[in-house]
Amino acid sequence: MTLLYDCRDAFEDTLRELAERDSRIVAVVNDSVGSSKLTQFGEEYPNRLVNVGIAEQNMVGVGAGLANGGLIPFVCGAAPFLTGRALEQIKADIAYSNANVKLCGMSSGMAYGALGPTHHSIEDMAWLRAIANMTVIVPADPIETAQAVQVAANTTGPVFLRISRLPVPVVHDDAYRFAIGKAALLRDGRDLTLIANGVLVSQALEAAALLEARGIQARVLNMSTVRPLDREAVQAAAMETGSIITVEEHTVYGGLGSAVAEVVVTTCPVPMRILGVPGVFAPTGSASWLLQYFQLTAQDIYTAALELLGAKV
Amino acid sequence: MSDRQNVETLSRVATAIRRRDLQMIHNAGLGHIGGDLSAIDILVTLYFSVLRIDPRAPDAPERDRFILSKGHCAGALYTTLAYAGFFPREELDTFVQPLSCLNGHPDRNKVPGVETNTGPLGHGLPVAVGAALAARLTQAPWRVFVLTGDGELQEGSNWEAAMSASHFQLDNLILIVDRNRLQQGDWTERTMHLDPLTDKWRAFGWSVREVNGHDYAGLLETFSAVPFEPGKPNCIIAYTQKGRGVSFMQDQVTWHHRVPTTEELAAALEELKEVAL
Repeated sequence: MTLLYDCRDAFEDTLRELAERDSRIVAVVNDSVGSSKLTQFGEEYPNRLVNVGIAEQNMVGVGAGLANGGLIPFVCGAAPFLTGRALEQIKADIAYSNANVKLCGMSSGMAYGALGPTHHSIEDMAWLRAIANMTVIVPADPIETAQAVQVAANTTGPVFLRISRLPVPVVHDDAYRFAIGKAALLRDGRDLTLIANGVLVSQALEAAALLEARGIQARVLNMSTVRPLDREAVQAAAMETGSIITVEEHTVYGGLGSAVAEVVVTTCPVPMRILGVPGVFAPTGSASWLLQYFQLTAQDIYTAALELLGAKV
Repeated sequence: MSDRQNVETLSRVATAIRRRDLQMIHNAGLGHIGGDLSAIDILVTLYFSVLRIDPRAPDAPERDRFILSKGHCAGALYTTLAYAGFFPREELDTFVQPLSCLNGHPDRNKVPGVETNTGPLGHGLPVAVGAALAARLTQAPWRVFVLTGDGELQEGSNWEAAMSASHFQLDNLILIVDRNRLQQGDWTERTMHLDPLTDKWRAFGWSVREVNGHDYAGLLETFSAVPFEPGKPNCIIAYTQKGRGVSFMQDQVTWHHRVPTTEELAAALEELKEVAL
């Protein structure tokens, strides 16, 4: 039985460790103490947990002001509200101002399931990666989440961390070292490449195992940084494996698949499939049911790979 | 310097800055002269008598912060910063020219003395709340001043920030509202009325004072009284005139972002007596 983890726990543990060593670390929330898993942080550092109430625009501006005062704010809120409600603040106060603020979009993607499309955040990668100066990171597991939080704290400038609440297995070993803009090669192969991030990396790995049983060797890349994108890894995948499937818990308009396709079509065109939410608002259903509904499971990736390879022949 | 001498100095600097700003906007063919002229007396009072700043060290951690929320009045800010010594006055000649650091709205990464990039309205006060909180958290003595327009207060983000400033008891935060009563298209009270504005701020938990925004002595006295009440953020409603100092621009909605012609510039400069600085 594979153990599954909520990446928010790794986020909170790491933030408390950082806060213990560095008094500049503060957290800013929009009443989202529990959903950002910051209860213990608030107990240990009551003065360094700034709760602005249900007010995302103010929350992001306050983050910029705290950074102006020399602090390192982690601004945490449910991803749909943090990004959608405060997008202009993110653009002007954080990105254009080049403020040293870490935006943490919690419970991203379709994790809120049957709460519906108002609570889904399937546009955030597209919105955030379109903004200059932003670094956009979508960690795949608790190991990568912890490292991404550390790297974000140690990197001057705006960072968006997309942190899910969906249970995921560990896909990285302890020796893994996350670096901004560097794809992680999780499995090598020459027949095609599966590029995923976030909660769907484990599905891509499972799909690769299914393909191996058919004698197909799939390369699997965890593209956790969407901006800046690891262009070299994409070009190598195109040249060395001849076809690419991207997989994201996000709309296919403007997200990971689009970012990869921008590199592929302009430098090394090869057949591609972009798996994600096909530009619709999700019907009612749980998070796991929605991933099946939108054909984002390992079995679906496996099927898409067979079709793509068939189309190539 | 006596108070009277100080007021005379501020008046002379403000006249020089008004003249320079008018010329700059005329040359550039772009700008927001109406709001610049309503804000200049406030800016000059702050930069030449109130703010604890060193133009040679614009990033000094202990500096007072000033945030121009009405970022479209960048012309007034740039001119004031140049006269205060943050960058050479000749730089003003490049205003909005290709690759100039002086964009139509201020960029902190290019202009010394700018704290945050503004332009879209309703952004300055939330950032000021964060900066005032940072001073509190680090037990630092510096203060945060933020200048908003009045029409700008129609943006809801200001009221989110207003609630949080009083909740956090930020008496190191000083908001100045440039109450020139006009916005881009019409009077504020005809567009979306703001009055009773003083009552609104008091209801949000702020300590409020009203002042003539063109009266240096009154502004100095008001700023020296900060904090007005311990534990409360400070709001100064500064009653001003858009286009102040040029008779045919004063209180005229058309001068929100109209650019003076050569003849209009000459007439304006004639009204603003030349002063030696």
